[in-house]
Amino acid sequence: MFGNRTNFGGSLFDEFRRLESEMDELFGRGSWPAGIRSVAQGTYPPVNVGTTPEQVDVYLFAAGLDAKSLDISLQQNLLTISGERNAPVKEDVEYYRKERFDGSFRRLITLPDDVDPEQVEAQYRDGILQIEVKRREASRPRQIEVK
Amino acid sequence: MADANAEKTEMTTRESTEVGKHESEMSLRPPVDIFEDAEGITLLADMPGVSRERLNIEVGKDMLLVEGDAQIDMPEGMEAVHADVRVTHYRRSFALSSELEADNIDASLKDGVLSVRIPKRPEVRPRKIEVRVE
Repeated sequence: MFGNRTNFGGSLFDEFRRLESEMDELFGRGSWPAGIRSVAQGTYPPVNVGTTPEQVDVYLFAAGLDAKSLDISLQQNLLTISGERNAPVKEDVEYYRKERFDGSFRRLITLPDDVDPEQVEAQYRDGILQIEVKRREASRPRQIEVK
Repeated sequence: MADANAEKTEMTTRESTEVGKHESEMSLRPPVDIFEDAEGITLLADMPGVSRERLNIEVGKDMLLVEGDAQIDMPEGMEAVHADVRVTHYRRSFALSSELEADNIDASLKDGVLSVRIPKRPEVRPRKIEVRVE
């Protein structure tokens, strides 16, 4: 689970490391190059990517999406997702906070090389868009029996 | 309505309930829109992954708490390669003020967007005051 922070190194120590790397990024002293398509923290929508030997799953945390506005394409291993999230400012009311994203978005995500663009499924539920891409069978690890 | 801005932090102490078990865990602060019209205040919160069963709204005399758990369907043994979201518990609370009808709060949830409507007491809704010219 993404919620189980141990998978992500969720200990306090790792949180500090993450903070440190964010500081590094902020001050441009990071030793690791950022992914060329990585975006700044806080960009809408947040994305998680997980893999198993059989598939790659991409999760977009995008509440209140108009599913019809979604455009998902996969070219080789480059996944492009664009869509619109409408949270327009209402008229004749007084705003105290306006934190929710409003407008169109586009995210490009590089997936592992062995994904199969012919086997993609997407579903939108409770504000999470889940895109499941199968990996090519040839590249899955195989158990080799010793005779 | 300055009180709508008097938002409590995650450190707010409150009486423990069954949701209190999350108290020690990290939580996400959902982004919100809050606006007011003549009849009341509306709060919209983005809580992707939260279904009705996993949503909890608590209303006290002077406090509104919204929290929920995101459910992510994942195959077994999945390894994360990238994670903007590392915590699946949302939580945010707001101080209410006395002219709001806390007993009459109405909430709905659609596609991970929580909408909460807090009406004002009828006696504090603005009335047009006629100015008589004699």
